[in-house]
Amino acid sequence: MKKKQSHSPDQLLSFYKEMLTYRRFEERVNLAYTQQKFSGFCHLHIGQEAVCVGVQAALQADDYVIAGYRSHTLAIAKGIPAREVFAELFGKVTGCSRGKGGSMHMFSKTHRFLGGHGIVGGQAPLAVGVGFAIQYRGESNVIVCYLGDAAMNQGQVFEAMNMAATWKLPVLFLVENNRYGMGTDIRRTTSVDQLSKRALAFDMANSEIDGMNVITVHNHVNEIVTNMRKHPAPYLLEVMTYRYKGHSVSDPGAYRTKEEVLEYQKQDPLLQLAAVLKDQKLATEKELIEWDETIREEVKEAERFADESPIPDLSELWKHVLVEE
Amino acid sequence: MAILTFREALGQAMDEEMARDPDVFLMGEEVAQYDGAYKVSKGLLQKYGPKRVIDSPISEAGFAGLGIGAAMVGLKPIIEMMTWNFGIQALDQIINHAAKMHYMSGGQFTVPIVFRGPNGAAHMLGSQHSQNLDPILTHIPGLKVISVATPADGKGLLKAAIRDPNPVIFLESEMIYGMKGEVPDDPDFILPIGVGERKRTGSDVTIITWGKILHTAMEACAVLAKEGIEVDLIDPRTLVPLDEALLFESVRKTHRVVIVEENWPFSSVGSHISDRIQSECFDDMDAPVARVCQEPVPVPYAEHLEERALPSVARIVEAVKRVCYRS
Repeated sequence: MKKKQSHSPDQLLSFYKEMLTYRRFEERVNLAYTQQKFSGFCHLHIGQEAVCVGVQAALQADDYVIAGYRSHTLAIAKGIPAREVFAELFGKVTGCSRGKGGSMHMFSKTHRFLGGHGIVGGQAPLAVGVGFAIQYRGESNVIVCYLGDAAMNQGQVFEAMNMAATWKLPVLFLVENNRYGMGTDIRRTTSVDQLSKRALAFDMANSEIDGMNVITVHNHVNEIVTNMRKHPAPYLLEVMTYRYKGHSVSDPGAYRTKEEVLEYQKQDPLLQLAAVLKDQKLATEKELIEWDETIREEVKEAERFADESPIPDLSELWKHVLVEE
Repeated sequence: MAILTFREALGQAMDEEMARDPDVFLMGEEVAQYDGAYKVSKGLLQKYGPKRVIDSPISEAGFAGLGIGAAMVGLKPIIEMMTWNFGIQALDQIINHAAKMHYMSGGQFTVPIVFRGPNGAAHMLGSQHSQNLDPILTHIPGLKVISVATPADGKGLLKAAIRDPNPVIFLESEMIYGMKGEVPDDPDFILPIGVGERKRTGSDVTIITWGKILHTAMEACAVLAKEGIEVDLIDPRTLVPLDEALLFESVRKTHRVVIVEENWPFSSVGSHISDRIQSECFDDMDAPVARVCQEPVPVPYAEHLEERALPSVARIVEAVKRVCYRS
């Protein structure tokens, strides 16, 4: 995994703009929440943008992604238009789940984004089922199963990894280790806190990488996934990252120090890539500011779409409980 | 018509559906090389191979979830629970995932899956192997729930369940796997989900029951007939969706009803049916609805205690006489 893949200027610029989009999107979502434009739970991905951008660049359109509840930006990365994610947050019928899913349940069959799931670790067996279906049909695509660090202590995740490893299914278990399961430092609840080592119990390939650097994430995931297509087998990738905001927007974060947050923000994925862009003369400070302005407008436009969209008709309440034949 | 055991009828249903649709596969503990803990899947491994008949690890939540994920992308899994007591381990996957996926994705994803296995007390298996899950599973919107008592109903409804685009819970019983009955040979013999059947015609009182306890109720009907009480015996066969029209039609004819179920009485399926009857047939009733349930205790091991805990011919007869004011 040492070999670095060279990235074209276009790719680097695209990474930067995508990460910035997700940063501004989540900030706007945060603002809308504090303005009480929507309610319920809302888990932001701010600080962790390099993960989904690096992962997505390594995937094909026919690959699948499934995730936990911190998944607004993962859904957009997989191709769901930002405005449909925003509309879903507002409970609008134009949302990617027709306003019936909400923050934790983004779905798109077209984009092969299999949710947004709210039971910690519950998506792991589902991912293995998709891997099973890929093998059953003899296809060469893969599924990425995003998990949080705390999900690694759920029994179902062990069950899922065991089956994936036993049957050599093309599942990338990707742990976004942001160091806290809600407000609990992972080290306080976990005997071996180097989570990638769990894979050893299943004789599963594994590694741990810096998740604050999008180039690192992309290089590693690309190599893992390329290999997985040729030689199907699961992989456990632990991506070290950090969320700047609370577990959810209502969390003041009393369990960690301000200094710790500031320390991680020094490794901010956007700052890191901006330095590369400027160093390689791919962008000037002025251009970075201009892109930011454009992206802020795009995100506002997504929110405007959500604002102006209709709420679901009351008849939607009774629809989709069972498949209507 | 062939005479088949209940287990053979279920095995034939899976065999025919696997032959018909290559997306159907069977997974569960011991379903392949061991031919199934209760031999329901006997011969399927030889016929369809290890790709489609798969021995799972003892990970009920894990392989239930595997089935749901595979169903979300178009396969049609049959997931066998060796017993629904073990299926309790999989309730997170069934309740939080299978039952809600279609709804919370706004209708985009479907979960065409069958979870099947024996339910309820068998004989002296102890408390942890003797539970009925129908009240828990019928409570959850997004699931269809079938509970059958005869080989023909088993075959016709299991085939329907496998073809259904929804998650379907299929409840069997260890005690009736060896029971024989006539089963149509037609490979397209299907019974519609949601349609009950009158198992015996009578005009004095209605008994509503389902699953293996139907056979105990049949015995009670024979006892009562000797005493001049003719029972209209209704088996809904499907609990969700429930064939209310058939139940109400019978109750309006007999004006008296006894619900017999192998569930604990509190928040049971019978308590729901009782509510529906009082709500829809109030003016037709000549007596309050009577219910014969399991005693509200963990099912004990000792034989005489277990017998007393479960609905019996004597308790059914007593309840029928009570609603007929004949006791």
